[in-house]
Formats: sequence, structure tokens, C-alpha cells
Amino acid sequence: MRRRQTAPRTGGLLRRLPEAWRRPLAIAGGVVAIAWILIALAAPVLAPHDPLAQELPRLAPPGPGHWFGTDQLGRDILSRVLYGARVSIPLTLLLVALSVLIGGLLGACAGYFGKWVDETIMRLADLVFAFPTIILAMVVAAALGASLGNAVLAVLVVAWPAYARVTRGLVLGIREREFVVSGRLLGFSAWRSLRVDVLPNVTGPVMVLATLDIGTALLLLSGLSFLGLGAKPPSPEWGAMVASGVEVFDSWWVATFPGLAILTVVLAFNFLGDTLRDALDPRTARAIKERAI
Amino acid sequence: MSERHETAAGDGVLAIEGLTVAIRGKEILRGVDLTLEPGRVHGLAGESGSGKTMTGLAVLGLLPHGARVAGRIALAGRDLLSLPPKQLNAVRGAEVAMVFQDPATSLHPMLTVGRQLTEHMRHHLRLSRGEARERAIDLMRKVRIPGPEEAIGRYPHQFSGGMRQRIAIAVALACAPKVLIADEPTTALDVTVQAGILRLLRGLCDDLGLAVLLVTHDLGVMSAVADEVSVMKDGLVVETGPRGQVLVEPRHAYTRALLDSLPENAGNAAAATAGAEPSEGEPA
Amino acid sequence: MTLLKVDDLVVEHRTPGRPVVRAVAGASLSVAAGEVVGLVGESGCGKSTLARTVCGIGRPASGTVSFQGRPVTPLGLRRRDPSLTGIQMVFQDPYASLNPRRRVGDQIADGLRTAADTSTTPADLLDRVGLPREFATRYPHEFSGGQRQRIAIARALAARPSLLIGDEPISALDASAQAQVARLMRDLAVESGAGLLFISHDLSVVRLIADRIAVMYLGKIVETGRTDEVWADPRHPYTRALLGAIPAPDGAGVLPAELPGDVPDPASPPAGCRFHPRCPKVMDVCREREPEFGPVACWLHEPA
Repeated sequence: MRRRQTAPRTGGLLRRLPEAWRRPLAIAGGVVAIAWILIALAAPVLAPHDPLAQELPRLAPPGPGHWFGTDQLGRDILSRVLYGARVSIPLTLLLVALSVLIGGLLGACAGYFGKWVDETIMRLADLVFAFPTIILAMVVAAALGASLGNAVLAVLVVAWPAYARVTRGLVLGIREREFVVSGRLLGFSAWRSLRVDVLPNVTGPVMVLATLDIGTALLLLSGLSFLGLGAKPPSPEWGAMVASGVEVFDSWWVATFPGLAILTVVLAFNFLGDTLRDALDPRTARAIKERAI
Repeated sequence: MSERHETAAGDGVLAIEGLTVAIRGKEILRGVDLTLEPGRVHGLAGESGSGKTMTGLAVLGLLPHGARVAGRIALAGRDLLSLPPKQLNAVRGAEVAMVFQDPATSLHPMLTVGRQLTEHMRHHLRLSRGEARERAIDLMRKVRIPGPEEAIGRYPHQFSGGMRQRIAIAVALACAPKVLIADEPTTALDVTVQAGILRLLRGLCDDLGLAVLLVTHDLGVMSAVADEVSVMKDGLVVETGPRGQVLVEPRHAYTRALLDSLPENAGNAAAATAGAEPSEGEPA
Repeated sequence: MTLLKVDDLVVEHRTPGRPVVRAVAGASLSVAAGEVVGLVGESGCGKSTLARTVCGIGRPASGTVSFQGRPVTPLGLRRRDPSLTGIQMVFQDPYASLNPRRRVGDQIADGLRTAADTSTTPADLLDRVGLPREFATRYPHEFSGGQRQRIAIARALAARPSLLIGDEPISALDASAQAQVARLMRDLAVESGAGLLFISHDLSVVRLIADRIAVMYLGKIVETGRTDEVWADPRHPYTRALLGAIPAPDGAGVLPAELPGDVPDPASPPAGCRFHPRCPKVMDVCREREPEFGPVACWLHEPA
């Protein structure tokens, strides 16, 4: 993906970006997303304290030595937020990747093979769609037992149908295209046709959805932790940290900083997803503007 | 028809002089000269990419964003290229109209045919609802749509491709333009339907005194309806002349090559570049 | 030897809540090895449906299609029967007939793999269709419509078909490229001893390349014959109308003859001869009985 190009180093580089990536929101999204990924990688170097060490005064407001303050156990919130990136971001990315893989594959099979395959997969997807997302995820997480791994599984259960639907629709549109039929006439098996001709031509839109979904998945995952169905203490998970901050509402910093972390990641990936969509979709505002008289 | 269109300045209604168009530094038109006369069909031939469509769009001021234009497009004494956008808008549709290749895309699928016809007239000619309706029915009759009274209440998809193109022509004629630009108007149609549209175009040109610019790659179509023929190549008009001369005794080697590449003359295709004798198309 | 035999083929399109449309309503046709047959008719007459059914895309409602003496089975989810890969098709839209994400060389190589041909390279095939060998490493978006169609032809030929089908392969191309691509298809097919079924609405091109011509109207084949004979002496009134509608580029300014009326809705074809509502020579018998004979399905030309 071209996402990597969004880090603007020089004016020259900026000008070489495709137009969709040159807008402020795209650049902001790219910068913030990359910053968070770097933080996740370098948290041990960046964090001033051990995220689990209860060595500072309890509930100290932000100040020198602990810029984001400390929580009720005397842990440094800045360090916990930085370490939290190592928990939430890789898990969210893994989660979305798995959703794309499972949902995409099921949707592609449904669209390509049709008939009972389609019926089975899509009715299953409808079943999931019929429930409010967070409630279903809560039910699944509660049934499996509270742990971060189970929370991921629960979000996976509610997230794949969106990919299945989108992929199915795209595959239906492309299945009858001449080049796919030509391949079948040359004796491609259905599987080879799907792999070689169909799937590579539906990845673009699915990637857009995935990027947009990173924010949602993170929210859902932190939401489950917030509700006590995910990460267990003392793990520095953002959702769990917000939950513990709610208990000490007077010390605003305890809940605010992990909350801001969630907000920035969600926004950044939403901006990236929007940009990706505009860059891939020919019917963008830019294209319309160009065609206007 | 009672309508007579007075001609301004000289013999042409529309005169294009030294028109150049460049898009992102690339010259699409490199100095095009053309004159359209009332009651005459001027054919513009050439392969795709030769700039024939761009010439039509330039007359309507419909060039893509960022195009640089120079030269003169004079309509009744005014230079269209120097008109402010608002006045150009008034000219477009009222004095110059266009018919496109694909009637499916030039008609709005969600509006009745009558609405699309009257909208233009009410806007440009400030007619009342009743007058506009009268005129719409009259136009539908003119383009020979059967049962015009009922037809104006229907939607584009309820008509066949040929009928849709007739309707698109009616929409173009709604404000009694002096100039009609028809860009490949029959290319998307079957030959049997094409014949009807060509007859219609020729008839409208003769009856209403329209000046028609017919852009087409089909030299057969050109031969059937055009009075004058211009041949374009790489943004330049390489040859202009009466139909009988250009299509029978072309002066330019490129015109000859075009004629020789036709299936009718394909026997000569190999010798085309060597400049073979132009053979006459045989009557079907 | 008859390569392809289509016998009384009926193909129906069913849409829920709509009347059944008989796109092909009892058509018979044959193509011999090394023969070029042009199938012409207006859009919506069923010629493309016929071609697709011959390839096995779609299932006939009745009638038979046999290739080299064996019935053509419809292409389902299973891999196509290897004996049927001898039928290859070139489609109308050059922009949809190549996979935009794969190098053209790889796509041509698919055809070679079908024929288990290890001695020929994609570059050789590009050479045969008149394109530079080094194009093999490029992607489809780098080519014009005409070039793409040549690549599609190369891919089809790579599978060494004994029957090549062109479904309006030239109608989306520039006028100057049309005749060239049509000729190329003909030459390559005939050279390799394959039969060619060439579908087009452009009679002037079909005339150029076809040995035999079949004219289709509203799901039926109304006239077949040797191309030069049909051209010189069209017998079915519909064939006459089709030929008469082609404007000649002779500079004479003659408007082509118009065929009145539209093609009727194939969901409810007229009774009797399907052409009778538009026919200038309509007789009483035409309104009542359908002419079910060949080579000219017209009551004026009933075989004795």
C-alpha cells in the first residue's frame, strides 16, 4: 500500500504524493498512525517508568517526573499509555487481518460458488448482523470467559460478516467479467479462477474497509476491556485503564490519557481509510471537480 | 418549416479559426479551422485521438478542467472563447446544442422525457408550462416518435436505443439552436436504426436550416449525410472539401489511407501506405 | 468435416416475475474445420447468447450443441472438460477481457498451459498477433483497445483451439483497427486449421472475412449461404434490409434505406414469421405460419 508515503519529509516528497494523499487530514492520519506504531515498537525505550511498578505517589496529578500523572496504585500513566500501544495496536491489527481473511474468504466463496454455499454463509452473516455489535461481542466474550484473547475472538465473531458481505458483492460483480470467463474456458479450476482472476481484483475496496475498520475494532476491543470482559489487571490495556479511571473521577488524568490514546488511533485510521477510499474510488470529489465545467 | 435562421457575419454561422487546445502541456488540437453553414452538414472524420471530439467540446466550452485554449470560435460575430461563463452557459443549449454517442448516458434516467424536454425550454426560452408542453409534443413529432402525447410521460428506459437517440436529438433541438454538434450519434446503434437517425438528421438540417457538425469515424455515414467533409489527424485538419471530392478523389495521403482501410476497399489495404489508387466503394 | 453442429437450439433467459425470454428460439448452424462463418444480426437478436451457449456458458432449454461429434456440456463449477478447451472465445469488450492485475505474458501462458505447449512462449504468440515480443511483461492498462484485443486473440490461440469464436470482437475498436483485427483472426484461425465463428453486427467486415454467412433475427437464423452469394443476392427481406442500410462511402450522398419499426420484444415474438410486422413483402401466410425451413426462412423462398 502507499500508506507509507504519507510521512512528509520534504516539500518535494509532499508534492510527489498522489493528490488524495496530499490533503491535511490524510497527512495528519498518516503521521499519527505511524507515530503510534513507532511508539508500540519503542515503548520500552520511551517509557520513563516500568508500567507495572507501583513506585510513585498514588493519584499524583500530571507534573515533572510523571507527565500524565499516576493512578491509584502509583503507576506512571504515561508509561502505561505507551506500553498500552503494544497491547492494543498489534491485537487490533491482527484482529482486522483475521477478519479480512476469514470474512473475505467466506464472502468470496459465497459469491463465486453461489447456491447453498452462498445461502449458508450469508444466512450466518445475517444472523450476526441481526444483533447489536457490542452486545453480541459481550455475550460471546462473557461466554468464553474474560481474557484479552477471548475478547479478540469475540470481536472477530462480530467483525467478519462485514467483510463477507462486501467481498461477496464484489465477487458477484467480477465473476461474470470476460477475463474470468476466459480463464474458465482455458480450463481453470474454480479454485484457480478465484485465486488468480477474482481475488486480486477485489482487494482494493476490501483494504479500504479494513483500514476504516481498524478504529472500530480498537473501540470494540477497548470497550470489552472497559466492561471487564477483556484485559485483566495489571495489563496496561487502554480500555481497562479508562475503566479504572472512572472509579476515581476526581483524578481526571487517570481516564483521560488512555482515552485520548484510543481517540487518536481511531481518528488516524479513519482518516487513512477515507483517503484510501478516495484514492481508489474513481468517483471521488476530486474526479468530479475535474470533470465539472 | 417556417423558422428561418438569419446568418451573421459572412457565410458561416460558426467559424472556428486556429483553435488550439492543450491539456497538461500536451497539444490535443494544433490549429483547427472549420466553418459551419446553415442548412449544411459538415462531417468531421478521423480516428480516435485525432481531436475530432475535442473540437466539438471546445465549441460548447465543455473542455476538461485545466485545458488551455487559444484561437477563435465565432458564433454570430461573438467569440465564444472570450465570453464569460454565464453568457457561455446561455449560448450553450440555446444556440449550440450537442448530441452524444450514447443516448443512455445523455438522458436522465429518473425524469420523464417530457420533463427533460421542457426543463430546457422553460429555462432558456422562459415559456409557460403549457407552452413548453405543446412545444415538447411538437418536437417529439418532429423527431418522429410515435404517439408523442403519451410518449412525453414515459421514462428513457421505456424506449429502444434508436428512439432514445431521437429523444436526445429532440432535447438538443428544444431551444431552436442554430448549431447542432453530433458526436458519433449513430455509432452505438444498429445499421437499420442508424439509417433512420441519419435520415432524421439530414431532414432537420434541411428543414430547420440547422448547421450540423457531424463527428464520426464512419466514412459511410459521412458519405450519406455530410455536405462538406473535413479529415482530422493528430489535432490538425488535413483535408477539407465537398463530400464527393474528399471521399472519391482525396488529395491527402492520410484520407486515402483511411478510405483504403475500409472493408469495402480492403483489397488495397496493403498498398495503402504506398498511395494506391482510391477505389470507389461499391453500392450495397 | 463438421466441427460444430448446433441443432434447433433454444436458450431462455428467466428473470423472476418477468415473462421468459427466448433469446435463441430454435437456431441451427454448423461450422466446418477451416471454415469461417459470420453470424450477423441486430443487437438483441440472440447471436451473443448463441455464441456463449456454444462455449458452454449457459444451459440450453432444448436442442443440442455438439463439438467434434460430442455434446457440449455446460460450464459449471467443475473444471472444463479438456476435450472442450478446443473451443475458445474472444469477447467484445477489450477492457474487460484481460485481467488488469496480471502481466499479459502470464495470461497468454495460461493458454499455452491448457494446450500443454512447452515449446512456444508468450512472446512468440505476441509476434503472431503482430505485437512486439517485449510486451509480454506489461500490464493490460498500457495497451489500446485494439492491442488488447490482439492479446486476447493470442491467449485464445495459445490453447490451440479447433474452434475459435469471436463475440463482436471488433465492435468496440477504432474503425481503422476493425478490419485489421478481423482479418488477423481469420488468418490465424485458418492457418491453424481451426474453424471460426465470427459474430458481428457489422456486415461489411463479416463480408470481408467469412466464407459463409448466417443472418439471425429475433432468435432464429433466417438466411444462410456463401458470403459472396448472400452479398450479391440477398434473398430474405431482412437480409436485404440489413445490407441496404449500410451507407456506402462512395461520396454520392445517398441516404441508406430505413427499415421501419423496432425489433419486437423477444418475450412476446409476433405470430407466424417473426419478421412479418416489419417486412415490406408481407403476405397472408407470413402472419399465420412460421417458415421453419432453410437456407432462407421466408415463404417467398420455400424449398420446392
